[in-house]
Amino acid sequence: MARSWPELLGEADAAPEPEAQRAGLFARLRDSLSRSRRALAGELALTSFDPADEAAWERLEESLIAADVGVRATAELVRRLEARAGAGDLTEPLTEELASLLGAPPTLALAARPAVVLVVGVNGTGKTTTIGKLAQKLREHGRSVLVAAADTFRAAAEEQLEIWAKRADADFVGSVRGADPAAVAYDAVEAAVARGRDVVVVDTAGRLHTQTSLMDELAKIRRVIERRLEGAPHETLLVVDATTGQNGLQQARLFQEAVGVTGVALTKLDSSAKGGIAVAIAYELGLPVKLIGVGEGLDDLRPFDPHDFARALVSG
Amino acid sequence: MFDALSDRLQHALGDLRGRGRLDEEAVSKAMREIRLALLEADVNLQVVKDFVARVRERAVGEEVLKSLTPGQQVVKIVHDELTATMGGGDSRLAFASRGATVILLVGLQGSGKTTAAAKLALLLRKDGKRPALVAADLQRPAAITQLEQLGRQVQIPIHSGERRDPVAAARKGVEAATAAGADVVIVDSAGRHQVDEALMDELGRIAATIRPLNVLLVLDAMTGQEAVNVAQAFQERVAFDGILLTKLDGDARGGAALSARAVTGKPVKLASTGEKLDQLDWFHPDRMASRILGMGDVLTLIERAEAAVEADEQEALEQRVLAGEFTFDDFLTSYRMLRRMGPLKGVLSLIPGLGGQLQGLAVDERELKRVEAIILSMTPRERSFPHVIDGSRRQRIAQGSGTTVQEVSRLLNARKEMQKMMRRLGKGRLPALPGQMTTTGGGRVAAGRGGRRRSRRR
Repeated sequence: MARSWPELLGEADAAPEPEAQRAGLFARLRDSLSRSRRALAGELALTSFDPADEAAWERLEESLIAADVGVRATAELVRRLEARAGAGDLTEPLTEELASLLGAPPTLALAARPAVVLVVGVNGTGKTTTIGKLAQKLREHGRSVLVAAADTFRAAAEEQLEIWAKRADADFVGSVRGADPAAVAYDAVEAAVARGRDVVVVDTAGRLHTQTSLMDELAKIRRVIERRLEGAPHETLLVVDATTGQNGLQQARLFQEAVGVTGVALTKLDSSAKGGIAVAIAYELGLPVKLIGVGEGLDDLRPFDPHDFARALVSG
Repeated sequence: MFDALSDRLQHALGDLRGRGRLDEEAVSKAMREIRLALLEADVNLQVVKDFVARVRERAVGEEVLKSLTPGQQVVKIVHDELTATMGGGDSRLAFASRGATVILLVGLQGSGKTTAAAKLALLLRKDGKRPALVAADLQRPAAITQLEQLGRQVQIPIHSGERRDPVAAARKGVEAATAAGADVVIVDSAGRHQVDEALMDELGRIAATIRPLNVLLVLDAMTGQEAVNVAQAFQERVAFDGILLTKLDGDARGGAALSARAVTGKPVKLASTGEKLDQLDWFHPDRMASRILGMGDVLTLIERAEAAVEADEQEALEQRVLAGEFTFDDFLTSYRMLRRMGPLKGVLSLIPGLGGQLQGLAVDERELKRVEAIILSMTPRERSFPHVIDGSRRQRIAQGSGTTVQEVSRLLNARKEMQKMMRRLGKGRLPALPGQMTTTGGGRVAAGRGGRRRSRRR
């Protein structure tokens, strides 16, 4: 049942991951998520949960909060579990409710030629690294990719992306430091059209959602892309660091308002963080996680599978 | 900034003013709200529990100060306790009396180490040091290039060269920097998860090799519940001396800082408030406490105001102020209140953002007397409904108070500006800073037209 890349890319004949490969991948995900060996099941006696025991409910709430799920989403989960009633093993119900909050298995809308993916987020979340990995995966699945270095602010941002482009064997479009990022995005779309590339992935500078002028700049980048190619950008991915706390919600909210986010790429799941902020974002804003990052290597990007994620979070 | 937290507390506690002391029930209710607020601020759950237990102990039986609402009383205790926790400890860096001082920056990926390294070098150079930077992040593509570009930007020498072994890179870099005459050497390292055994081992070896006098954990202010585990693990491995908190220009409440401090006992020494290289400051614990709670320094203003006034007068005024119904009677009352509080300048400097602007400002009490006279020349109706004051009324008022029509007009405008400010305050947003508050532009504080300047969001 693990989401495969063909499924994520919405291919007609897509099938879920083959069992053997899937088991291996799930095991890796599970390992990543339970690096500190503290999955929820390890902390709580889920198999013998007594709904009449107030303390048990409180411990459950605390575990969810410790996973950065946040107060509101936790309260909702507890409400749903209480409604289901019944003593005994809480593992499955908890997994199901978490998966349900996380939403349906996602797809990336990359059918257009070229399809444009705009990548946004606050500083340090892993946008550039994620783009490198995404370019690699797309190439592995038969797409030709062009990456655009529209982060013209940060020192060596372009150099960094160019290294990833080489690793992933993708075309690269950049400019000089301090140039207009919208112009780079425009040039990239032009180039992709001219060269017949399948996907354009546009990197942008990290920016705090509280910086109005920078958010305006982002909106402008989006508009410029839209004007050059109707329907573009086809995906706007907000990159969120799994170690982020509740501020992740505010980030998602404001980026959504400024540029219309279509999905979240949740990174650094190889850390000790459980990434519960994804649950909060999905629950409160209806924004789906589409990709997860599980390491700094070229291969360390996976399609998001709500059920697998929930299971790894609960059972470890 | 009459904020979410104290409002929520007030709602939870109701009006217990008659009781005079905070009883168990009131305190329990309050503690629930505090717990919620701290969790939403990303303070680690265990740290929250410990903290709340301490506050509870202090709060039960404590007398509610006259004219402070019980909610505000609790907030005051929490704020004091938070400040005490965040503060203490030495926020200074250690410097070697002989030879170069080595500072090692460590932390998770994306926390802002490389930028912080350049900023710290700049800050220390302003303090008269001769800093150099060492690029020992060999993991992240173009990390060395990034540090080199930043170094060029601020004209601080970078030492890089070794491309394969981070331990050797650190060692050789420090040697080269010292040989070149630097007295402070700042070493950037690769970001790493504390659960990555191999990389944490490597970090231990780097530290053992270069023997830094200061190790700083670079921590992103938006880090969630894991901050505790991160801090603890880094502490065990490299015994960092302090925390450098980054991205404080965002609106993350920064509970991670409290968690890290509480669990390791190490202080936050530096705070980064922007992407520009001059945006690094030494840390202020009291401001952090307010930020974690979601309030501003307005807390102190409340305290001073409360102390000077009758309880009911205060509450009525506060309610009208927050509703934006600021009449000239209120204006008069608050001026009188302000005068009772002490030297006007001292009190006004407590208003967020205004403090800095009052440097060298001479507060003119005579000017205020003129304002008072103007208001006293108004009819009660005019004081309550200032919008009826047309040209002819202004003339009458001017004559009656021995002032000019211009002065009357300026006062009317000032009231409107203050009303707008108070309305925004009531909605919990930072007020726009009046560029100047003078009648003559000569640096005297009185009624006058304000300029418009957006204050920095925290």
